Amino acid sequence: MTSIAEIPPVVQSARAHGLKAVFQHARYVMRENPVTGFAFLMFLFFVLCATIGPWLVPHDPLASNTAQALKPPSALNWFGTDQLGRDIFSRVVVAARLDLAIAISSVLLVFAFGGLSGVAAGYFGGWTDRIVGRICDTIMAFPLFVLAMGIVAALGNTVTNIVIATAIINYPLYARLARSEANVRRDAGFVHAARLSGNSEGRILLMHILPNILPIMMVQVSLTMGYAILNAAGLSFIGLGVRPPTPEWGIMVAEGASFIVSGEWWIAFFPGLTLMLAVFCFNLLGDGLRDIVDPQRRT
Amino acid sequence: MTSQPLLEVRDLTIEFSTRRGVVKAVQRVDLSLAKGETLGIVGESGSGKSVTSYAVMRILDRAGRIANGAIIYSGIDVGAATESEMQDLRGREMSMIFQNPRAALNPIRKIGRQIEDVLIRHVQATRADAREKAIGALRQVRIANPEERYSAYPFELSGGMCQRVVIALALACQPRLLIADEPTTGLDVTTQKAVMDLIVELTRERGMSTLLITHDLGLAATYCDRVIVMEKGNVVESATAEEIFRAPQHPYTRKLMRATPRPGARLCDLLPEEPAPVDRAAAVNVTSDTSPLLRVENLVKEYPRKSTAPFFARFMKRGKFKHPPPFRAVTGISFDVMRGETLGLVGESGCGKSTTSMMLMRLIDSTAGKIVFDGTDLATIPARDFALNPLRRRIQMVFQDPTDSLNPRYTAARAIADPLLRVGTIERSKVRTRCEELALLVGLPLDLLDRLPHQLSGGQKARVGIARALALEPDLVVLDEPTAALDVSVQAIVLNLLQDLKERLGISYLFVSHDLHVVRLLCDRVIVMRSGVIVEQGPTAKVLEAPEAEYTRELIAAIPHPPFAA
Repeated sequence: MTSIAEIPPVVQSARAHGLKAVFQHARYVMRENPVTGFAFLMFLFFVLCATIGPWLVPHDPLASNTAQALKPPSALNWFGTDQLGRDIFSRVVVAARLDLAIAISSVLLVFAFGGLSGVAAGYFGGWTDRIVGRICDTIMAFPLFVLAMGIVAALGNTVTNIVIATAIINYPLYARLARSEANVRRDAGFVHAARLSGNSEGRILLMHILPNILPIMMVQVSLTMGYAILNAAGLSFIGLGVRPPTPEWGIMVAEGASFIVSGEWWIAFFPGLTLMLAVFCFNLLGDGLRDIVDPQRRT
Repeated sequence: MTSQPLLEVRDLTIEFSTRRGVVKAVQRVDLSLAKGETLGIVGESGSGKSVTSYAVMRILDRAGRIANGAIIYSGIDVGAATESEMQDLRGREMSMIFQNPRAALNPIRKIGRQIEDVLIRHVQATRADAREKAIGALRQVRIANPEERYSAYPFELSGGMCQRVVIALALACQPRLLIADEPTTGLDVTTQKAVMDLIVELTRERGMSTLLITHDLGLAATYCDRVIVMEKGNVVESATAEEIFRAPQHPYTRKLMRATPRPGARLCDLLPEEPAPVDRAAAVNVTSDTSPLLRVENLVKEYPRKSTAPFFARFMKRGKFKHPPPFRAVTGISFDVMRGETLGLVGESGCGKSTTSMMLMRLIDSTAGKIVFDGTDLATIPARDFALNPLRRRIQMVFQDPTDSLNPRYTAARAIADPLLRVGTIERSKVRTRCEELALLVGLPLDLLDRLPHQLSGGQKARVGIARALALEPDLVVLDEPTAALDVSVQAIVLNLLQDLKERLGISYLFVSHDLHVVRLLCDRVIVMRSGVIVEQGPTAKVLEAPEAEYTRELIAAIPHPPFAA
């Protein structure tokens, strides 16, 4: 790949021009589609929670106080307290960091591996295509959540393994999408033109085809991000991956579930609501992202 | 004309709301169409000719609306009609033939079924006799073996056949108004003639009125009674076909007429004003080297054919099973391209001209034969490895579709710079300067260099494509229908540019085209191909004025000739 120093001035000036255009375009998209704007605000909110949340929360998320156990939401404990008297609001905010970290790293992982192998499969066809296709088929032959459970159980109960498991079950989505998008473009005029310009096959793949399928991949990233959060929370819910007392939305819902029958609804409700909002936010974001990264819509 | 016109459009203004505010696509257009009349609307892209016809059918995009004016179809105000009234009108009273026949047909439904659907929707047939009537409709558009074709799918038919099916669909319910939106764009010239003749004959027979929308003045003048010329949403001229062809009034019409390649015109005649006399002294002297730059000998390209034997039969008779003979796209052709020469390669779609140019460019491997370029046989170098061969620099290509051939995410400068960065010999810091030189050479304004392809017009994209092909100073440039996707006035400019560049840089062209008029203007020699074989070759004037092969004569006869033109 080209390093920055190698990029000729032509490209650099174009890039500066492009960055400004991206901001202008983003502003336009927000105004045109307020739902996207709302999703972006929500996304920013979650990111803030994840980055500076731990310093802002009113209580220590791990400190138990049995005197205050199972208190309903009040001015002191906004979301109430759990069976050990820990402040649920503080725990929900702090948990954002772990949940987002799992989701983002697993999506990045699968984006890199799934995207690249899919593009190669679509562009080269033949054996590459067959191998990638069979891997996808194998993964998709399992019920995905059960597969994720199996992977975490087999590899060990750690956060890293949750990330890997989540990446593996999302692999077919990325590989197949990238494959079909690359396949459509492999005989496009600009690919022939690139070949005539003396580009090697690998370079055509990385510099010509890959950038063109990024828009659609971005949408996929955003959609699977929501799915990845759900998956991580789901694994924790059944006791795999993150362990108590670490604040994590899935564990918190699992812990609160048994208290719902006795009327202490807030323990499971607030982490569940946050989880739902996060997934909702990423799904809305997908549509907005596509509009921003697609140059066809930038005029 | 005293009788009430079938269709009357008064003071029509159509607006589109876009992100840059409201754009007027059509402004104050008046037109009327009498019963049995054929009216041509001629204009270049963006002239509002299609939008006008969409408004008549009321199938505008959601962003578009009729801002002012009225469309009266035999007493019915189309603008005020309800949607269900319009649904009855469309198909039964007025119907439309679209530009791309394949896109207009449902790809997964048998064509006979699709005709039946229309008949039944408009209560022209019952389930019992629909099949019979559909076959009748296919027979009317001269489809051979209509009973058999009834159950064909669109992908099994050629482009011309598909367009016939679309015509059958449009005429199935005996409408009184037919709107044909560029019905023959994308079809071969002989197919175009067959399709247009069919449309005219069928509509005359039934006393129908036709609105023919086209960018081709010659076509409109040949087949229409009256012609309207549109420019940027305005009607600039309206007259009978003969008047408009003999004595065009408006400067825009004159400009269009000038730009249309025609017999007897020189290349520089196509431009709106007389260009400054070319300084011949500045032209590079063609080298005295008389050996051909490119020599092609017995070039063959075969594609394996799919076996027609049933799947199981292949397994059962494993030993005895024979592969079918491969399909020969190009069957042993030989020709030379001299230094500084423009050689035309003419033929209809499927004749192997594109395959030939792809083999010369080393984009695909040839099956047999030699491609000797300046002493080296290129056919021995596999297409895969050719990217890094030093000869890559000396053979370049300008593609047919300027939009498709530019990477949508590369700016114009980046696209032009790509060959320089990959196999160029100049330093990276000088690439930008070289890009600017090339942009000036092809007449591309420098401030457009940082734009992305979708921000450029068709002509500008064509210039970027040409600049990219010339960036490495090649000896041979293959031009694969470089103007097929362009408007005539832009085509005129691009053709002149190509000629000018050839004289200044002393390069050779292989010009692949289906348009004989364009070939006449640009080429020194012509090769006519059909089904992978060269049927005729020789100097341009000789081949086009006194063709020897029957096929060449057919091709020349199929070009639309206005009956009253010389």
